[in-house]
Amino acid sequence: MLKLEARAAPSVAMSLASPLVALALTIAVAALLCLALGKDPVRGLQIFLFEPWNGIRAITELLLKASPLILIAVGLAACYRSNVWNIGAEGQFLMGAVFAGGLAMWLTMNQIKLGPWGFMPLAMLAGAAGGAVWAAVTAFLRDRFNANEILVSLMLVYVANFILSYLVFGPWKDPAGFNFPQTVSFEVGIPKLVTGFRLNWGIVVALLAAGLMWVFLFRTYRGYQLQVGGLAAQAARYAGFSARRALWTVLLLSGALAGVAGGLDVTGPSGQLTPHLSVGYGFTAIIVAFVGRLHPLGCVLAALLLSMFLIGGELAQSRIGLPSALSGVFQGVLLFALLACDTLVHSRVRWVGWKPKAGTVAA
Amino acid sequence: METPAPPPRLQLTQITKRYPSVVANDGVSLTVQPGEIHAVLGENGAGKSTLMKIIYGAVKPDAGEVRFNGAPVTIKNPQEARQLGISMVFQHFSLFDTLTVAENVWLGLGRELSLPQVTARIEAKASAFGLPIDPERPVHTLSVGERQRVEIIRSLLTEPQLLILDEPTSVLTPQAVETLFVTLRQLRDQGCSILYISHKLNEIRALCNACTVLRGGRMTGVVDPRAESNASLSRLMIGAEPPALTHRAAQVGAVVLRVADLRLLKDDQFGVDLNGVSFAVRAGEVVGIAGVSGNGQQELLRALSGEDARAAPAAVRIAATDSGGLGPRQRRRLGLHFVPEERLGRGAVPPHSLAENLLLTRTEALAPGRISGGWIRTAVLRRQALSIIARFAVKAGGPGAAAKSLSGGNLQKFIVGREIDANPKLLIVAQPTWGVDVGAASQIRGEILALRDAGCAVLVVSEELDELFEICDRLHVIAKGAMSPSVPVAEATVTQIGEWMSGLWPDRATTTTTTTTTATTEAAHAQA
Amino acid sequence: MSEQLALLIAATLAAGTPIAIAGLGLVINEKAGVVNLGAEGMMLIAAVAGFAMAFKTGNPWIGFAAGMLGGALAAMVFGLLAIWLNTNQFATGLAISLFGGGLSAFVGVEFVGKQLSQGQRFAVPFLSDIPLVGTALFRQHPMVYIAIALTASLAWFFYRTRAGLVVRAVGENPESAHALGYPVRLIRLAAVMAGGALCGLAGAYLSVVYTPLWVEGMVAGRGWIALALTVFATWRPARVLLGAYLFGGVTILQLFLQGMGVQVPAQFMSMLPYLATIVVLVLISRDPAWIRLNMPASIGKPFYP
Repeated sequence: MLKLEARAAPSVAMSLASPLVALALTIAVAALLCLALGKDPVRGLQIFLFEPWNGIRAITELLLKASPLILIAVGLAACYRSNVWNIGAEGQFLMGAVFAGGLAMWLTMNQIKLGPWGFMPLAMLAGAAGGAVWAAVTAFLRDRFNANEILVSLMLVYVANFILSYLVFGPWKDPAGFNFPQTVSFEVGIPKLVTGFRLNWGIVVALLAAGLMWVFLFRTYRGYQLQVGGLAAQAARYAGFSARRALWTVLLLSGALAGVAGGLDVTGPSGQLTPHLSVGYGFTAIIVAFVGRLHPLGCVLAALLLSMFLIGGELAQSRIGLPSALSGVFQGVLLFALLACDTLVHSRVRWVGWKPKAGTVAA
Repeated sequence: METPAPPPRLQLTQITKRYPSVVANDGVSLTVQPGEIHAVLGENGAGKSTLMKIIYGAVKPDAGEVRFNGAPVTIKNPQEARQLGISMVFQHFSLFDTLTVAENVWLGLGRELSLPQVTARIEAKASAFGLPIDPERPVHTLSVGERQRVEIIRSLLTEPQLLILDEPTSVLTPQAVETLFVTLRQLRDQGCSILYISHKLNEIRALCNACTVLRGGRMTGVVDPRAESNASLSRLMIGAEPPALTHRAAQVGAVVLRVADLRLLKDDQFGVDLNGVSFAVRAGEVVGIAGVSGNGQQELLRALSGEDARAAPAAVRIAATDSGGLGPRQRRRLGLHFVPEERLGRGAVPPHSLAENLLLTRTEALAPGRISGGWIRTAVLRRQALSIIARFAVKAGGPGAAAKSLSGGNLQKFIVGREIDANPKLLIVAQPTWGVDVGAASQIRGEILALRDAGCAVLVVSEELDELFEICDRLHVIAKGAMSPSVPVAEATVTQIGEWMSGLWPDRATTTTTTTTTATTEAAHAQA
Repeated sequence: MSEQLALLIAATLAAGTPIAIAGLGLVINEKAGVVNLGAEGMMLIAAVAGFAMAFKTGNPWIGFAAGMLGGALAAMVFGLLAIWLNTNQFATGLAISLFGGGLSAFVGVEFVGKQLSQGQRFAVPFLSDIPLVGTALFRQHPMVYIAIALTASLAWFFYRTRAGLVVRAVGENPESAHALGYPVRLIRLAAVMAGGALCGLAGAYLSVVYTPLWVEGMVAGRGWIALALTVFATWRPARVLLGAYLFGGVTILQLFLQGMGVQVPAQFMSMLPYLATIVVLVLISRDPAWIRLNMPASIGKPFYP
């Protein structure tokens, strides 16, 4: 019989190893799934694990997908560390995209020429404003009316989706677009990082955001206060750290970061607003945040991993005819495996022999 | 040898239980005869609770044998213990607040009875033992003493042959302790054996006819407590005489904390309203507040620390500043430091290191920064933690050790040290030595007295009367959200304070007279 | 006009039923002290499982059974992680929701575009013949009546039986329940799986009866609305049912108004159920003391035996 025993101190080795163990488990499940579906598991794993890294084009695409994930996840990490459960990043991402996309559309329609370097800060500002406004609704209702932020932020995802859909089906529809629900193609954009590829400076912004978030969380008094509030609300009250301030800080911060991600995405690789703008970045980023151990630098690595899954899913569909929804299954399995493995950080598994008899067992 | 003596009611032989970091019981043996009140004496962490959980089936021992009425038994869970006739009254009651008394009792009995039958039995048992209780009342409306009564009735309804009581008097007034003893003796006379777990020497000598002493998980003696003195029991329990405190006369200075007619409505359904609390603490004295828990101590402390800032500004004056509406950080700037009752989760963040826990109340390691709120200088923080660990002899794995990895006593030393090290003008301490081993307790009391001698005003809120009598200069009693007048410790008696703990103190006619009386007593004391 | 009103009421009951069933399941979880944010995912898994089985066998009841099984299994995964390994309940529930979304989309690919026959209605003898009232109330799918019966039996279970008292005690104070010898983790797992089965039934009802077809993400937030509903209902079964009909009413009303050609963009009408959820949450949560008084005290907190 196996028995779980609390460790005296959390194991540092396990806390680093557990994402790797979780990844290994996920890969095992993936291989089994391929077998079950009658596909060659080696080929399947090659598509998921190897092809996304194969060549400069593949790597730039990987980084392009990782950028919004990093931006959103580091904001969520701050939220979850503060025990504020913002799970509506998808909505904040969409509103950021709507604000930045609206700006880009207005510039395009009015034929205002802005170089990529002139436009990028504006797009980021607009995106941040959109995301922060959307998150502020949640913060306000939580602060003023004590309404559960999990449910409110999630409901607002649906609302944001309908707003986007209303705009592209209605007032923002491209008049010359053959009645397709989309805006005009933007004539402004984000500067490219490597010429000839879609990857843009967004990845640099994302990495910078992760670095700054690390400094904020671990080297400033405000960041410290947030985490005390998340770990022990009573201790925060005793110390006199304001829970309201923490709530507003992390929601505005994470909303703004998700909004920036949306803004950069819509004015970068997308180039126009469509109803199917997001591939679920806001939800995938939740997994990124947890797999990254709610640590900004961990989030960077986890974002690369998850973006690999996303691309692998697309490739699996085109190459061997597996549904792209497969990557969603893998994301879920990865998160389960990680949560289970995390138990090993705080406890150890011990073999206690078969059928232990209470009271009379010789030690 | 014709009529063999009946077998012992309970016999434990060589019981051992190990946890990853500690051996809780190391070859402990214990024999309880029928119809005897047997004490298990030991200080905090000696392994008493683990031993009782083993008897009650809540914990499985790694080695050893349990015999009940002569037959070897393996008790897998509390139900089996109850079927054997073993019942337990827990220190932290295992009651459900939102359920009624009858429902609570029902949950502790078998499923063969219906709720109306249980209600009838509660009433029968209550009148047989003189323990009045209303079965229909929700538990959260009961006082702590009444809750204990529910626990006892629940145990008695299982018709136990062995009743275990874990520190039953820690929540009672001295008078209520006497009533409890009457019930227990009545039970003993009916043939029930009682295991009485305590660290209070006087009670054990008054009640029990046998005593097993534990220290550090090992047995250090089996004695007849009626033939022992407090000193000899104490030697068995801690291996030494209790350390004596040197208590010099107080040099009283100006008023540092003045609470005037503090009124607060409870903000929690299970809370207590504060009804016009008034008192004062002067520099250079230790003022104690006694009382049964749940009489407004929590609410008063939150209103003093600033965690609850709803009070009228003038109701709490710290260092001559109206502070009722100030938050904890502002009050700390006025010189108030506070050691809360809950160490893990309130006084310290459990997974954070000791160094990080300094930042809860200390800001010396911060470099100024506007947006950041201050930059954390980790090296300075570490040094500061090291110096507090050294100064207060905290046993820990260094400044990086997680707060939750420390023993209760060492964490308390660190938290008290963190607040004393800040050179407060006013120190408020709640339950300074609750759950702390004797060595750490006497060290903490010594530090508090040293701080007083250095001119700090100290307020101690405690449920341990012995402790208050040991370190305080004056005593107040809090009962039902109201504050008694103060009495100098030299003039106070346990009986008097015990009566006050039930709310029966003189001059309670109106608040104004109480205030004036308090003021007069203080004035008199200040002149003395 | 009154004929239309009767149809409106009938549609409201039908639309409220899945939310009610899921909400009742979540009440069982939460009474035992466990919050499962995986409701949406469990419903999606059950919707696709139920649709698949109903499609293959032609029997909707086998579909319902498959949905309940799917929901209970997903809940079991949640329970093993959150109750035995003490993982964060919020994170684990989210994982179920995200996983359920992925898995159902993956499994459901082959069922996209397939359609089941309209579910049969059950006309209550005599009562269904009453003009208007009969149309409004008594010509529903049997599941509508089952939801009502379920509400009554859960209320009876929690407030009139000893087993219900034990579940409430576990949710109130698991440490005490453990000290009294109750198997807290098993009771919680049973509650979680029962809740999962009901969420599953709700999901299967959506795909087998309500639409009746499979579309990716077709639960469309009803799992989250059901979670909000448990707070709104302060964990009382009868209020869950009423609340669910309220949401059903909002959903139907907006469809109805769109059908009547009211000049508001369709997207704004479609937002209504979600906005209504927020409004209701705001109204009910304003008084934290009231919530705390009714909330199972250990809700969302891990229990270490």
